This record gives sequence, structure tokens and C-alpha cells, in this order.
Amino acid sequence: MSSADMQQTDGPMLAADGTPLKKSLSRALRAQKIRALLLIAPLLLFIVITFIAPIADMLFRSVQNDIVSETLPRTVVELDRWEGGDAPDEQTFTALAKDLAVATELKTHTRLGSRLNYETTGVSSLFRKSGRKVDEVGEVYQDQFEDLNEAWEEPATWVGLMADPDWISGQANAEGAGSPFLISPVAQQALPETARMYSQFATVIQTEDADNPAQEKPWAIVYQALYEDLSGGADAAAFYDGDLVALITEAQGAVGGFETQPVREFFLDEIDEDWADPQIWGTIEAFSSPYTAGYFLSAIDFQLTPDGVSLRPDDERVYGTLFWRTFKMSMIIMVSCILLGYPISFLLSNLPLRTSNLLLILVLLPFWTSLLVRTSAWKALLQNEGVINDLLVWSGLISDAGRLALINNQTGTIIAMTHILLPFMILPLYSVMKTIPPYYVRAAKSLGASNWTAFWRVYFPQSVPGIGAGCILVFILAIGYYITPAIVGGTDGIFISNRIAYHISSSLNWGLAAALGTILLVVVLLLYYIYDRIVGIDNVSLG
Amino acid sequence: MKIQTLMMSSAAFAVAATGAFADGHGNMSNEMTVVSWGGAYQSSQDNAYVKPYVEANPDVSVTWDESSAEAVAKLRAMNEAGNITWDLVDVVASDAIRLCDEGLAMEIDHDEVLAAAPDGTSASDDFGDLIVSDCFIPQIVYSTTVGYRTDAEGWNGTPESICAIWDMENFPGQRSLEKRPIGNLEWALLCDGVAKEDIYDVLETDEGQDQAFAKLSEIKDQVVWWTAGADTPQLLADGEVVMGSTYNGRLFSLIAEQNQPVAMLWDAQVFDLDGWIIPAGLSDEKLARVKDFLNFATDTQRLADQSKYISYGPARMSSAPLVSTHADLGIEMAPHMPTDPANATNTFLYNYEWWADYRDDLDAKFQAWLTQ
Repeated sequence: MSSADMQQTDGPMLAADGTPLKKSLSRALRAQKIRALLLIAPLLLFIVITFIAPIADMLFRSVQNDIVSETLPRTVVELDRWEGGDAPDEQTFTALAKDLAVATELKTHTRLGSRLNYETTGVSSLFRKSGRKVDEVGEVYQDQFEDLNEAWEEPATWVGLMADPDWISGQANAEGAGSPFLISPVAQQALPETARMYSQFATVIQTEDADNPAQEKPWAIVYQALYEDLSGGADAAAFYDGDLVALITEAQGAVGGFETQPVREFFLDEIDEDWADPQIWGTIEAFSSPYTAGYFLSAIDFQLTPDGVSLRPDDERVYGTLFWRTFKMSMIIMVSCILLGYPISFLLSNLPLRTSNLLLILVLLPFWTSLLVRTSAWKALLQNEGVINDLLVWSGLISDAGRLALINNQTGTIIAMTHILLPFMILPLYSVMKTIPPYYVRAAKSLGASNWTAFWRVYFPQSVPGIGAGCILVFILAIGYYITPAIVGGTDGIFISNRIAYHISSSLNWGLAAALGTILLVVVLLLYYIYDRIVGIDNVSLG
Repeated sequence: MKIQTLMMSSAAFAVAATGAFADGHGNMSNEMTVVSWGGAYQSSQDNAYVKPYVEANPDVSVTWDESSAEAVAKLRAMNEAGNITWDLVDVVASDAIRLCDEGLAMEIDHDEVLAAAPDGTSASDDFGDLIVSDCFIPQIVYSTTVGYRTDAEGWNGTPESICAIWDMENFPGQRSLEKRPIGNLEWALLCDGVAKEDIYDVLETDEGQDQAFAKLSEIKDQVVWWTAGADTPQLLADGEVVMGSTYNGRLFSLIAEQNQPVAMLWDAQVFDLDGWIIPAGLSDEKLARVKDFLNFATDTQRLADQSKYISYGPARMSSAPLVSTHADLGIEMAPHMPTDPANATNTFLYNYEWWADYRDDLDAKFQAWLTQ
């Protein structure tokens, strides 16, 4: 062996071009992987964009709750100081008035109202009512400022006070709404509350009404903010020069003698006394964070209240029952499918090909009819005056008064769904049984096994992968069904999916629907995992 | 060669036609997607509104979408996706209020968009209180009422009051009621001795709600709960139930058009409204077309015309005297209207504002009560 060879075995193995073999190999493999990835890229992208992303988005809604902090930003901050008990102080109500004034213009206050109404009954109309009147807050001050000096009526005065000089110069020839409003840094220092309120006013009228702030008088609530700033005592005039100094100094001197109107009183007396209810404020506070566990708690019959998490009242608990019923009935349907499907598949796989193909078409036939037609057909068969009951009465098995209740209950759901899902059990079973060689059973019999032993000890274990696949298919399909239970299930035959559908399409409580859906998904994955541990997913065969 | 010339000339013609159209009609979209409920109701709208409108405006093509039942959810999804594909949507009033609250429907100035009555009464006065939301353009008044089989066995007399639903002694047999708290709770309290004007006050309290559910519990095992308007007519026709609630138009077609042995019980019928909303965020051209159509489709004569095809009352006061006969059967339609004085001796107006607040809460209770 030459010394060169010795050296090579000591160091890393090299490829023909001198690079280490490991590196060269991984480079070749990477190229292959990228090529493979590119080949599946269209499908992958398609699935991610059209399937996974929407589902993830939907699931995300189960915790998303930024509507409260986005609609009532000031109020949420002020509520941090609130300690429960009575309704909060004047300052919080002022913050609420300002937030609501903006929200009303943007028409988001009613949306927030419906959101909070899921938690506390009555918030919906409270917000709608408040939205109709909140534009009156600050009118007292508006009138007094305007009486003091007519300049306060002029949009130009306000723009001079509040707008950035660059923005003003850009407005000279602007049409319509003009360029996006810019608040002046001076105003932010001199009159901070007014500046914040005015800049919201300017932005809203630009985006919502396509009006130019330079031509519109501000809302009354802006005067409210101005009053607060001026009566606060800071020397606002010092920040300005020219005519504005005199205007502000005059106003600053006058606000001390202004007639005042506490916002808290206005809300309680003029808008609705429900604003005094600490429960309303508690709900706003409890749901003020951008993410909430509230939907998940609702989905398991709990509720998030100002005092923490508690069980829902007895007469509002429904989801626990529904989840349990959904799983129980899906199991029953799955077992019925095995009991009915196994013999059929056995027969199909042992018949000559021509006959079995014909029978297979019969199995598949229901697949080619609409689901609604099949379910409605069951309705005609199962109802009290239906075909089955009529036949039983005619044959004398039951009396006319003793007709069986086969529909609008769990029996109806189980019968109809077993029928609808049966092919999903038969097909995987059939394809597995087809591959079981007949001579195993013959061999067992020739060794002295009885028919039953040969079936149970030799044939059945080989068909288990088919049962496994069929069970998973039927169970997972059953757990998410809602059309059939809705039509034949009555009151005690409906599934959790029916409630999800209700919250998606009727109550619009998508957060709760998403939470229920997430729980369902997690439970199914959990069951799948358990199944994998017990039976082993390798033992599942779709054919 | 010939084909090419043909194609080129037809393309030129198309361009010329589009140009002429744009000049003649201002900036109005040529296509309109209208959403409704399907079935007899949609066809009554098609006959009364859309066909005459298209006749007058041959350039316009109208597409129907039968999605009103899921309109609220679909509009929200469209709004989130930023792609509104509907131009005009027919919804019940409570949905209109919700769509308005959510900012999904456009607020309109009724007097500006809608035509005045022939005598000059403004649209907002002509529709009156039926404009329950700034976004809502009322179209019909319908009611949820009860129908019963006239040949039911073992009955003692005929039902005359809504409380016959609870009278198992005189009127035995299964009943069908709508699977939602609205309407049922009111009826339950009414038959439990609560005065009509106090019902919502009572229903606001926990005791009142318990009282209503307790009353419903008396007949719970005899009730089939329906979710689609067609369920009760089918159940009545099959003899599955002996009485059941549904929309009055469905019962009319069961009784008058299909001649089934069924009669109406108008007592304590619950009035509700159905009408149009314009989705928020339409382009100017589309909006112009929709407003033009709405102005036509909700005028006094057109609303009265709809009642030729279906027994729902027109929402305009000025339309009532114009209600004529059924288009096919030739029978007088006025006596079949829920608003007819003889039928409306005892009625209930569904309290929208109240239900907007209590809907979520009472629905949870109703569902819990059903599963018990």
C-alpha cells in the first residue's frame, strides 16, 4: 500500500475532483431535492394558497380580538386605572366619547357592539344608541368658543392651528380630499389632545367622505378636546406666533368661565343609563386585549367575565353535550358501517369478477346521486306516515298508534348517515380483501381448523388494515357532517358542525365557530395519534 | 378570408355598440347580479320587477343568485376578500340591520333613491316605519303564521287562537315550529297569560325567559322543529303534523295552489319584513345601475304587481289599493295578504332592536333547552 493511499484513509474521503466525498454527495442530493421540490411546487403552492392558508386564517380568528383595542384605543388605556365597582370616572367617559365619535363616523361602533353582545346581552343596542347621540358631546364648548370668537367657526383657523405647514402649502391647488393630512408637530406639543382628535377628524373626512379638512368645520368633540387642553393650564399660546397667539390667549382666558358639561353625566342621563352598569365596562375591559381565550372558553361552556373564568349558567350549556354526542354518534355510525360493510366486502371479493363488478356498481350508485336527494329520500322512508312505518303497520307488526319514531331523532341520523358513509367502508375493505390469497384459508382448513377458526385466526387479521382505513375515513367524515343531521336529526340528532354552521352563517360569531372548529380538529388529530399508537398507521391500507 | 372579415366587422360593430351605449346611458354598468331566495318568491320578483325592467332596458342583463339565506356570511367574506360580486341583495329586515351594523350594507337616502308615490308622498313617508334601518329598502310584509289540517282526526272544534298550539286536549297531534327562539317565545308567553304589550319586558328578565321555556316544554315532545320554509308545508301535506308555523306565502300556495286540506290561523301572526340592501363598496357604474333599477322596482305599481304572484303584502302604503288578482288563478289576492284587515285583527311586529340584543343570549338558551 502506497503512502498516498494511507493518507487518504486518514483524512476525509475525496471525490475525483478533490472535494470531500461527503460534500460532493450532499451537493448532488441537494440538486435532486430541489428538482423534486420544483416538480411538486405547483401543487404545493396551490394547496398552501387555496387550502392551508384560509384554514389557518380561520383558525386564527378563534383567538383574534383586536376589534376592541382598535375601536376604543383611548378607553382601553383609561380602563387600566378602573378597579371595578361603580362606572368609571369622567376621564374614562371622555375617552369613550372621543373613541365613539370616530367609530361612529367610521361605522365601526355597531360592529364592536355586535362583537361584545356575544358576551353581554344589550351591548349591541347600547352602542347603536350611543352612536346616534355621541356627536352632541362637546357642542356646549363649540357654541361657547364660537360665541367668543367667530374665527373658531372657520375651517381655515383650525387648519392654521393644526396642520403641518408643508401640508398647507401643498393644498393650494388640491382638488377633492387633497393629500393625506399631516398634523403639525407644534400643535402636538401645544394642544396634544386637540391635535390627536383633529388629526383623526381630518383623516376620517378625507377617507370616508372625500372632503378636504381645509373646507370643513371640525366635529363638536374636537372642541371638547380643545376645552380640555386649554383648561389644563399649559401655556399653549407660547408655541404659536401671529394672529393665533391672540386667539389662543383669548380662549385660554375665557375657558375658566365656560359653562361645563360633564361627559359622564351626558352618557348616563342623555344616552343610556346602562352606561352606569359596571358589567358593560367589565366586558370591555375583559375583552380589551388583542388576543383572547374567550372564544375557546365559550366553546367549552365556560365564559370570560370581569371576575375571571366561570362555568356558564346551566341553561346555556350546550357545546359539551354536542361534542360528546358528535363523537358518540360518529362511533356508532362507524361500527354500523363495519357490521354492514364487512359481509358485503367479503362477498364482493369472493364472487367472480363479473358479478362482483355489477354489485360494486350498486355500492357506488348512491355516490352518483346528490346528497340532498338521498337524505330527503330517507325522510320519505322514515317518517311517521312514511314507507317503513306503513309497511310495518300493514304487516301487523306494529299498531297504527304505535308507529316507530325513526326520524327527527338520533335513530334517523344514524340510519341515514350509515347509509351515506357505507361506501367509504366497503371500498377500502374490498380492495384489501381482494389481495388476501384464498390459499391461506384453505391451508388453515387443511391443517384442521374449523370454518370459524380459519376465518377468525387467518382471514380476519389480514383484513384489519382495510377495517382501519375504513374506520378512519368514516369516522372523520361523520364527525364533520352537518347537512344530514340538520335534515333528519331533529333536536337530539344534530352534531357540533350544525352549531359551527349556525355561527358562521347566521350569528356571524366567526370567532366562536373557529374555536369550535379548532377543538374538533385537535380532537381528531388526537384520536388519530391514539389510533396510530394502538393499531399502527402502517396497518392501514386503502388498497 | 371571409370569416376574418366577418369577425372584424362584428368586432367593429361591438365597439360601436358599446360606444353608443356609454353615450346613451351615462356611466351605468350593463350587468347586475341580484341575490334572492330562489323558488316562488324569486320568480315573483323576476316577473314583477326584473322582466319589465329588462324589457325597458334591453342592454341590461340580470343574473340571479339564490344565496339570500347565507347572504350575511357571504357578504362578510366578500368584504374581507375585497371583492364584492353582488349588486343588490334581498334579505329579511333583521339581517339588513346586522349588515348595516357591520358596515357591509350601504346607507341610502330613501327619498333620493326611491320614487315618490303617485300622489306625491315622499318615499320615506310612503314606507313609513317599515324603514327599520338606514340601509334597508322594504319590499314586502310577510308573516309567520300557523296552518292546520282541516281533516285532523280526534279534534274538538277548529283552532281559533294561537294557543291552540298548546291545546293538546282539543287538538292532539304533532306540531311543527321554527327551530329558533324568535316568535316561539313570544307565542309561549302570550299563551301563558302575558299581555301582548308586556311580552318583551317580561322576556327581558330571567324569570320571564324561564316562563316561556317552561310553556314550550309542555309540548316539546310533540314538536317537529323546522329550519326551511318549505318544511312545514311538506309536513302538513304528508300528514306528519296537524298544525305548524311557516311563512304565510308558503301556506297560501299549499292551500290555494295545491288545494291541500289545510286552513290558515291568522291569530297572533308575527309580521316581518323583507327587502333590498345594496352591498357597501360597489363601483360608481354598478351603483348607478342598481339605483336606477331600485327606483323602478320599488315604485308603487311594481310593488303592487308582485302580489299577483305571491301572497305577501307590498311594503308601500300607496300600493295596497292596487293589489289585484293572482296572475294564474285569477283569485282576489287582497284577502290572502297578511296585512288585510280581516287577517290582521291580532298581530305581532317582530321587535328588531330587542332581538338584536337578545338574539345571541336567547339562542344559546334555546339550543341548550333543545338538547336537554
